[in-house]
Amino acid sequence: MATTEAAARARTAVTNGGPPEIVVRGVPERTTGWTSWLTTTDHKRIGILYLYTTFLFFILGGVEALLMRLQLAQPNNTLLEPKTYNELVTMHGTTMVFLFVVPVLAGFANYMLPLMIGARDMAFPRLNALSYWIFLGGGMVFYASLFFTPPSAGWTSYAPLSDNAFLPNNGIDAWILLIHLTGISSLLGAINFTATIHNMRAKGMGWGRMPIFVWTVLVYSYLLILALPAVAAAVTMLLTDRHFGTAFFDNTGGGDPMLWQHLFWFFGHPEVYIMILPVFGMISEILPVFARKPIFGYKAIVASSAGITFLSMLVWAHHMFATPTATVVLAFFMLSSFAIAIPTGIKIFNWLATLWRGAIVFKTPLFFAAGFLSMFVIGGISGVVLAIFPVDWYFNDTYFVVAHIHYVLFGGSVFGIFAGLYYWFPKMSGRMLSEGLGKISFWLMFAGFNLTFLIQHSLGLEGMPRRIYRYPDYSNWPEFNLISTIGSFILGIGVLVTVVNVLMSARAGKRAGNDPWQANTLEWFAQSPPPENNFDIVPRVRSVEPMKDIRRDVARASQSSETVAQPATTGAT
Amino acid sequence: MPAARFSRPRSAALLAVLGALLLLLIAAPAAFADAFTPEDGSGSRNAEGIHTLFVIAMVIGGAIFALVEGVLIVSLIRFRQRRGGPPPAQIRGNTPLEIGWTIGAATIVLVLAVITFAYLGDIKDPERSAAGAAKGDAGVQLAALNQSAVPGGKALNIDVNGQQYLWRYDYPGKDQVFSYYDMYVPVGTTVTLKITASDVVHSWWIPKLGGKADAVPGHTNETWFRVNKAGTYTGECAELCGEGHADMRARVIALPPDQFKAWMARQAADIKDSQAKLSLARQIRGEGSP
Repeated sequence: MATTEAAARARTAVTNGGPPEIVVRGVPERTTGWTSWLTTTDHKRIGILYLYTTFLFFILGGVEALLMRLQLAQPNNTLLEPKTYNELVTMHGTTMVFLFVVPVLAGFANYMLPLMIGARDMAFPRLNALSYWIFLGGGMVFYASLFFTPPSAGWTSYAPLSDNAFLPNNGIDAWILLIHLTGISSLLGAINFTATIHNMRAKGMGWGRMPIFVWTVLVYSYLLILALPAVAAAVTMLLTDRHFGTAFFDNTGGGDPMLWQHLFWFFGHPEVYIMILPVFGMISEILPVFARKPIFGYKAIVASSAGITFLSMLVWAHHMFATPTATVVLAFFMLSSFAIAIPTGIKIFNWLATLWRGAIVFKTPLFFAAGFLSMFVIGGISGVVLAIFPVDWYFNDTYFVVAHIHYVLFGGSVFGIFAGLYYWFPKMSGRMLSEGLGKISFWLMFAGFNLTFLIQHSLGLEGMPRRIYRYPDYSNWPEFNLISTIGSFILGIGVLVTVVNVLMSARAGKRAGNDPWQANTLEWFAQSPPPENNFDIVPRVRSVEPMKDIRRDVARASQSSETVAQPATTGAT
Repeated sequence: MPAARFSRPRSAALLAVLGALLLLLIAAPAAFADAFTPEDGSGSRNAEGIHTLFVIAMVIGGAIFALVEGVLIVSLIRFRQRRGGPPPAQIRGNTPLEIGWTIGAATIVLVLAVITFAYLGDIKDPERSAAGAAKGDAGVQLAALNQSAVPGGKALNIDVNGQQYLWRYDYPGKDQVFSYYDMYVPVGTTVTLKITASDVVHSWWIPKLGGKADAVPGHTNETWFRVNKAGTYTGECAELCGEGHADMRARVIALPPDQFKAWMARQAADIKDSQAKLSLARQIRGEGSP
């Protein structure tokens, strides 16, 4: 209905000479220059701001990781002071979680979500801009602490170590402000995504025809809304403990350090799924496009996302298996953590079934998506092993856990994010990324990643605790750590190749056209890059793969030599 | 068809490189002993239980890993797009298959849960002290949150206190005996630990003696071990506790029962002696007795 109405209105607008309302073609960018980036409320520009900023933080966090790996390259190394090492541990973890993975997903969602559902913009464009600027503020406040005293209690900032009595500097306060600011930013973003998805879908796009990426952004948003208040409360209590004489986490004042851990992980574990759910969505978009096959088990994938969202609220204490807690509680959290493996397994099998009997096109996004599948499954399996609480008594806080989180967050989230970057870059820039550099980047990252983190399982098995700035010449620790350090630099070079690829291709890449991948979803109906109004005409959605329908219609129309049936926005017009 | 023939050796080479890489990654740690299983060798039942449970979980996990990676690699090779190849199958799902792998996944974790509960007792509950072991003093057995009483009642209870950046151990008995860093225990006697911290959260861990137990201020955590082989077992604090975290190491020194008794007596005498000297020094300085 939107299509015909809009077309009708466009005709009347043109004939009456009145101002065009919905149908505007080739609108020139009203504002240009760098100030336009400060004042923009366009979801695409905000998305690009998010992507550039978060990748900058990704590089900063990566440099911090490489410094730590250098320090650990040999036993009893004296490259870094213990204080500096603890600061790097904290900066790296906090940066990657709060300033890279969560906001980069917000960036992709910002850019792609309105396009994928056929909307003009987000429901609240100004709120959207506010959300980005608050996020940037959070990042700047946090990194400003470099000029004073960076925080050094880990990204988990366990009380009472994070209390004033033990770390009486401003670092923890900067960290608290970062949590608040990025939290508010994510919350506003989540509300915006939710409102947009609920209200602004194209005609005909029922819940069962929504792209899976949109589904996962929806559950990601709900999860953010449910989980963030817990950590906001916790860091506020920490702030008052530090400066206003309360004793929420101080047992000598009647508080309890365990309360911090419960509140933090009540947020912290949903956070893990916040960081992976939209990536599940990206993989579910990319695999069918490159297998030239519909997604296998659409309903099962969507239902398992909802199941993961629900269960992820019930597993937080599996981070606390070594704390003084009753066995029955530990058993509950083991079983709930096991339960979450079921929907995750369902997803993996559905993705495999999507590839099965396809005609797989080996482009860079597929390499990263397949890399995601092969690596994420390792993180999933080690996750189940860690959920066995008597086994976790051994592995808790060792390098086995470090390996696990990186297989989930790097092998999982980051490989997925890179798949998304290579997949959507043509839409965002109008140019293709170099396939050659992309594949080099993938293989370097894949080899470097496994070299870095596979061996860390063994380090954990041999009893090396995490977050130690030096270690004695004990067992195989020196050799294993050296292997890990070498791997981390190969990984770093791999990431760098993609950075170079992006910077080069953004200027001189091959022209992409509207639909370079023969994809399924509506964002490929718009021009590349999309004009400010996204679409002149939003087609009525008749299935979960509207672009496939459109291509079929066009093919049928051109067969009957009716060239006028071409959708107006495809082609170079 | 020529295109397909051309790409076959290339993908085979790719597969060979991939396989070599995988082998290398597996072989590298295998070249070193014991890189695939938790540390053990103390003969403590809890450590052995964790070891067994981990191996079982890894066998199940390994099978799933092989299945997923196998299907993935086969799909990527067999179903790549080629000229003249079969068109992609337009399948949207298969309900029996969905139900099948849901039930399959649920069964696997259910089996894992049953196995875990079967081994839990061995790991969590203290075992009986060996016959002829040193007579420890279990002290007053409080109603424990987690840990059941030691069968036979013969056990040595040591209070462990984590502080930035050292461990203090208090031994039972009428004379005050304590030590820092090195914990002395008799071989064959079940040792129960009551663990707490007096500043920030620490975590007590000696890998060869089983799992770790967080030392949380205001809480008492419990664990146990029974060393069957005399020797020195090392470990370090496993919870980030500040700048000295990496240097907060600990050792458990397991001695034959008679040597342990001798150590206890010597330590008690040393402590009494130095306390007397301290008290004398204070009197001389006019500070009064403590």
